[in-house]
Amino acid sequence: MKFIVSRFNPDSDSKPYMQTFEVEVRCGMMLRDALMEIKRQDESFAFRHSCGEGVCGSDGVNVNGTNRLACITPVAELKEPVEIRPFPGRPIIRELVVDMSQFYEQYKAVEPWLVRKDPMPEQEILQSPADRDKLDGLYECILCGCCSTACPSFWWNPEKFHGPQALLTAWRFLADSRDQATDRRLDELEEPYKLFRCHTIMNCVEVCPKGLNPTQAIGHIKHLMLKKAI
Amino acid sequence: MALARRRFDALIIGAGGAGLNAAIQLAKTDARVAVVSKVFPTRSHTVAAQGGVNAALANVMPDNWHWHMFDTVKGSDYLGDQDAIEYMCREAIPTVYELEHNGVPFSRLDNGKIYQRPFGGMTQNFGGAQAARTCAAADRTGHAILHTLYQQNLRARTHFFDEYFAIDLIRDDEGAILGALVLEIETGEPLLIEAKATVLATGGCGQAFRTTSNAHINTGDGMAMALRAGVPLMDMEFFQFHPTGIAGRGMLITEGVRGEGGYLINKDGERFMERYAPNAKDLASRDVVSRAIVTEVKEGRGCGPNGDHVYLKLDHLGEEIISKRLPGIRESGRIFAGVDAAREPLPVFPTAHYAMGGIPTDRYGRVLAPVGTGEEIVPGLYAAGECACVSVHGGNRLGGNSLLDILVFGRAAGLDLLQHMESHHRPMDEASVDKAMARLERWDRKGEGLSVAELREAFRRCMEDHAGVFRTEEIMTEGVERLRELREQLSEVRLQDHSKVFNTARIEALELENIMACGMAIAVSALNRQESRGTHSRPDYPKRDDVNWMKHSLYLLDGDQLDYKPVQTKPLSVETFPPKERVY
Repeated sequence: MKFIVSRFNPDSDSKPYMQTFEVEVRCGMMLRDALMEIKRQDESFAFRHSCGEGVCGSDGVNVNGTNRLACITPVAELKEPVEIRPFPGRPIIRELVVDMSQFYEQYKAVEPWLVRKDPMPEQEILQSPADRDKLDGLYECILCGCCSTACPSFWWNPEKFHGPQALLTAWRFLADSRDQATDRRLDELEEPYKLFRCHTIMNCVEVCPKGLNPTQAIGHIKHLMLKKAI
Repeated sequence: MALARRRFDALIIGAGGAGLNAAIQLAKTDARVAVVSKVFPTRSHTVAAQGGVNAALANVMPDNWHWHMFDTVKGSDYLGDQDAIEYMCREAIPTVYELEHNGVPFSRLDNGKIYQRPFGGMTQNFGGAQAARTCAAADRTGHAILHTLYQQNLRARTHFFDEYFAIDLIRDDEGAILGALVLEIETGEPLLIEAKATVLATGGCGQAFRTTSNAHINTGDGMAMALRAGVPLMDMEFFQFHPTGIAGRGMLITEGVRGEGGYLINKDGERFMERYAPNAKDLASRDVVSRAIVTEVKEGRGCGPNGDHVYLKLDHLGEEIISKRLPGIRESGRIFAGVDAAREPLPVFPTAHYAMGGIPTDRYGRVLAPVGTGEEIVPGLYAAGECACVSVHGGNRLGGNSLLDILVFGRAAGLDLLQHMESHHRPMDEASVDKAMARLERWDRKGEGLSVAELREAFRRCMEDHAGVFRTEEIMTEGVERLRELREQLSEVRLQDHSKVFNTARIEALELENIMACGMAIAVSALNRQESRGTHSRPDYPKRDDVNWMKHSLYLLDGDQLDYKPVQTKPLSVETFPPKERVY
């Protein structure tokens, strides 16, 4: 099977170029296996990867124009020749490795931790199964970055717009019955860019390898803001 | 260019559960702490833990830490140190509450308390009825815990060095550890981090085996660094094969599947665990279940066209339980086995999973090394998590005890380090720095040679063939000889890529050296232990031998030597659990 891969080594290249590799496909092969095979053919080919089962979030790449996690993408599903590029919109460090610092900064900016003002109980803070269910579809995010780097609003304003990942996380804490910083969290988002640059293009929903829905989470935040304003 | 240098009070190498829980303790104080991780912290392999973390909260049924302690001692096949096990099982309860307070989204019971599921080897009343002790966030407990710990560290403004690879520890003539030489992966530049205390929290070494549940990054870096610093590795022959990896691929299918009521069948549809463990059946301890599966396959009762696996059946649990409690494994089954677990059984076979052995420590996380006939603390060095061996798992770890281990002992190391922090930095040992730099520069050698990938494949295959579930003298002797040959070949390996920026080929070469050192420790320790205990199963010595072998192995890099030390059978406050025949 033919793979056309984006190459760039700042030590020797002035700009990225595409290179074709032929990889023998085995039954059940994932894209990550194919990338590892390419690395066997040419060890200077670099990409991030680790768990191989879609939980560590290291190996997000752009495949035939769509952001995906390589380790859970069966090559049998892909149209040949397979074009593999780094995530769009991020500075390329080398080959498929991009600089994700802006993405992590936006994650940190939503203060992604549980805030509790009441004194802690001796045992667990109680939470009903129904309240816990509200976190399903939110806490599973693996920070792979597929969503935010597929979002045109994030491409234009990565410093100002939180992006789908960070906003999903913001809602994960707003939705948690244990969290006691709702007002502060909402106040922080009340300005033109951080939240409101989302134009419901929904690329994020389409590409999320975990099937999460950041657009819906953003809708929930806006709804809660409105409710609070009334 | 002069080597860049930074000074911190403490250096933590590894940002999984152990490293992050150590860091949190320090972040609450004025101490200056650096956390170095070769991957962004939430990529650490703690993220892949599925089933849960054990604590006798008694949310579902009566329970107490003493029963948990008994199960852990028995599960260890009486090789675990009972003082450390008592400490861990007691600490489990406040540890899980603390996690919950920090935000871990545990699944819940109707009364709002943390959901606890049955897991293998867990009983009530010292070996009685099955217990439900494993606190779970669906089947993504490790992910939920790792992300929460990272978030709390962000809140505490912990100083992270993301994507820095630790090359070697720096030590002085007295054996004190002064910090580490690390490599910034993005720039390819080395950096010397000086620290009054260093914590190794680098995780396991499952990449030593060809078929493994472990991530690409689990290359035993901390274990190998300890070996090179003259510290032994303890009980390395005890390597756990998880019974239910996806057949032919190795991805983990949590024991939680069997905890929720799933069971194993052979090609005749027989629930074969009833023959091997009449009481606990599918929830017998992992070593027992893995041996049973391999035996079924060897005796011709395996499933599939090649008869090389068994089935894990869970479709009878129904859509609702599966989507609520086991959503992640349904996803994995679909992706990697092409099977919807809610309709068909999953093909499974044992997969290399967990190192019970590691860097010897006491229950404060302090690293111990043999001196004369006894042992002493290595000044300035701590270890916690899978890279360490306290030992709480002895010959076999129980499911749900590994998240517990990393949390309890990560925390203990952080706290002890704070209490005993020296007031000043010791003088740097430049000869040791040069040695660490030489390890890095060795990979600048140019020319034709073996590739990292070739040698790595030969090594991992050798480990799988010679240090697997069943081990005989003959097969292991052959294995150790072959490993020595492969080790010789390391010097013939050459990189073709000598660039600086994000050179992953160079990282993989450094990792290969590490993982091969761990593999040798496993094989040599295994060959010497002439008994069957826990996961170490010798058809030529089928019985446990408490007279001669109730002792810990210590493997030293220098000459592949072995030493031994006694098991600590005296707990802190309760009576000893004396060794008994281990049946489930």
